[in-house]
Amino acid sequence: MEKPDPTATTSKRRVPGWARGALWAVVAIGVLSTASYLTDMPILTSSGTSQTALRLGLPILLAALGGLWAERAGVMNIGLEGMMILGTWGSAWGAYHGGVWVGLAAGILFGLLGGLLHAVAVVTFNVNHIVSGVAINLLGLGVAKYLANLVFEPISGNPRESPSVEKFDTYSATFLSDWLAVLEDEQRVVLSDVAGLLRGLVTHISPLAMIALLLVPASYFVLWRTRFGLRLRSCGESPVAAESLGVNVYLHKYIAVAASGGFAGMGGASLVLLQGGADYLENQVNGRGYIGLAAMIFGNYRPGGLLGGAALFGYADGLQLSGGGAAVLALCYGAVLLLAVIVILQLIRRHWWAAAGGVAGAVVLYWIYWTNDELPSDLIPYTPHFVTIVVLAVAAQRLRVPKAIGKQYRRGEDS
Amino acid sequence: MINWRTALLPPALAIVFAMLLSSVALLISGASPLEAFATMGAQLFEGNTAVSTVNLGIVYYLAGLAAAIGFQMNVFNIGVEGQYRFAAVVAAIVGGWMQLPPVLHVIAILLVAMFSGALYALLPALLKVYRGVSEVITTIMLNSIVFGIVAFLINPEQFGVLHGNNLSTVEIAPSGRIPGIPLGEAGTLFGFVVIAGALGYGYWFMLNRTRFGFELKASGESKTAAAAGGVSARKMTLAAMLLSGAVAGLVAMPELLGRDYVYAMTATQGYGFTGLAVALLGRNHPAGIAFGALLWAFLDRSAVSLESIGIPSEIATIMQGTIVLSVVVAYEIVRRADLAAEQRRVGRAGRNGQPANVAEGGAV
Repeated sequence: MEKPDPTATTSKRRVPGWARGALWAVVAIGVLSTASYLTDMPILTSSGTSQTALRLGLPILLAALGGLWAERAGVMNIGLEGMMILGTWGSAWGAYHGGVWVGLAAGILFGLLGGLLHAVAVVTFNVNHIVSGVAINLLGLGVAKYLANLVFEPISGNPRESPSVEKFDTYSATFLSDWLAVLEDEQRVVLSDVAGLLRGLVTHISPLAMIALLLVPASYFVLWRTRFGLRLRSCGESPVAAESLGVNVYLHKYIAVAASGGFAGMGGASLVLLQGGADYLENQVNGRGYIGLAAMIFGNYRPGGLLGGAALFGYADGLQLSGGGAAVLALCYGAVLLLAVIVILQLIRRHWWAAAGGVAGAVVLYWIYWTNDELPSDLIPYTPHFVTIVVLAVAAQRLRVPKAIGKQYRRGEDS
Repeated sequence: MINWRTALLPPALAIVFAMLLSSVALLISGASPLEAFATMGAQLFEGNTAVSTVNLGIVYYLAGLAAAIGFQMNVFNIGVEGQYRFAAVVAAIVGGWMQLPPVLHVIAILLVAMFSGALYALLPALLKVYRGVSEVITTIMLNSIVFGIVAFLINPEQFGVLHGNNLSTVEIAPSGRIPGIPLGEAGTLFGFVVIAGALGYGYWFMLNRTRFGFELKASGESKTAAAAGGVSARKMTLAAMLLSGAVAGLVAMPELLGRDYVYAMTATQGYGFTGLAVALLGRNHPAGIAFGALLWAFLDRSAVSLESIGIPSEIATIMQGTIVLSVVVAYEIVRRADLAAEQRRVGRAGRNGQPANVAEGGAV
């Protein structure tokens, strides 16, 4: 990890975090509705898109939460991917035998076991964090395939797939949803866009989605407002200092990494147990663990930020699924608008180089939008990945990374 | 100075541990571990398995070297996977299009492959150096994106042709192929083995006998110390990443120029991830990487024969994962044991056989 830019920590931060988040949400909705109006692509803000975005964003959100817990305790967790894979198998197995809630519990348990393995390797044996993570990804994939072969194949006749399992019921806020549907159909500027986006978030919501969304403020509360959380974070900032104050660093790291695995396993479960998702399917995780990690880094190692990151990636994924190439082009147009806002901000702050970079990016994106009618269909499924890279490139400079992240720590040794 | 015990004991321990663990897994699934291991051993002597294992090992060796160059500079080039596939598809297209005399054609294809591999590593390298973006995440994203790029380039609308049911690139003319080494009954060894050996030697030479290699290692050990010695960490990171990408570009070449001559949608994937594991197993030493590559290839090949006697082939994957994890744990344990032994030895020697007391720095 690079050192954070020193100017970022010294600059006065007048706006509180939640207000900044709300401000960005308003900007995002403004940009999207403008883009959907100007490009004549109502799908950018349709309720279908936001509903798909929520479903696809959930695993990423949970993986990002898992990343948050581990990294705040100073442990890099590349193994989220493998833990998610374990979670998918566990939840399918549990749900097949005992219904959705057992499935969810089993998914969490399997992820947690992966997390514990990571903790043993990293905390007890001081293995390099990324090495252990890569090994866990290998192991998670192998174990899930092996178990699927052993357990699912006799039932489903296919070693790559589980038998169909029960899914979570969904609930809608009926009156609100109907009213928003009316608003959305009227196709008024901005108003219908907001209605469409909101409607997707209140229609056909599963309990798992509610739990996952509640876990964001819960994580904030535990990590930033309790004694336990302070200790956990101190292990990620300076384990030597924490130890000298009587904090059991090993124990806190173990708890954090195990919790991290549990979140990742839950993320795996959300791939299996939601309506519209597949049952256990080989390779269904497909890099979501890594994207979750990227969302967490994008969110500056904070719960609110990672929610924004997960929403972004879920949205990009949902949009390309429901709208295809034309919708992604419209998104490019939206990105140009967003860059225009950013450039103006940077000009006000007198960051000339950043503004110039923004202008260059906007020109490139606009050129892509202007010269293409259709994007190559082979590349469209990778929209979230492109978005991840671009967003990290733009966002990474103001990061406040936990100081002791990825460092090996042994009790009684100065690092 | 090489300490043979610390170098060889951990991999041996790891393999034994992996065998034990997979025995447990086999017993649970109701298969006999002894039968399984006997089959794995016996398959080496059947038909052309031995040679095909070595052939696969050559591919893994290249991937391992690519990953190891990154590791030397503390850069985790997880993107070997993406880089080699991008390079393979570009080299196959360019190689199929080019008309050159025999040796030149091969050299041109290899250069194109190395260049494209480095090119695909350039973006994460630049982002890491100038924007502080973790190379782990960007390269993983690029690994996924490469699927799309390969599909896009092999599409008949771009450069692909349809061979039966399979989309692939245009076939490379005989002048662009590397002849194999025929071993009679046992099969044909990839001629690329010579180039791979040379690369391994070059890697060793670069690290241990050149100034650049020294700077690379120094910078990987401690950026600040190297910077004090006038070595720019930025430059070294860029160099390591691009070199790693260039070597990664060669990973698919033994198969492309020695067997397939086309790059198809169905070409095998995952060599890049194997390369990481192999480099870890071999502790970034060229000979160690060779050993790791052969072991990995052997496990992969034995998966096939296990399947034929009704044992789930995933047991090979589990063994591979266990070996990687336990080998790093074993290195740490042996290191700690050595450290403790050393301290005891020094403590005894310093006081004529008497252990040091606490005031002199001895154990409590």
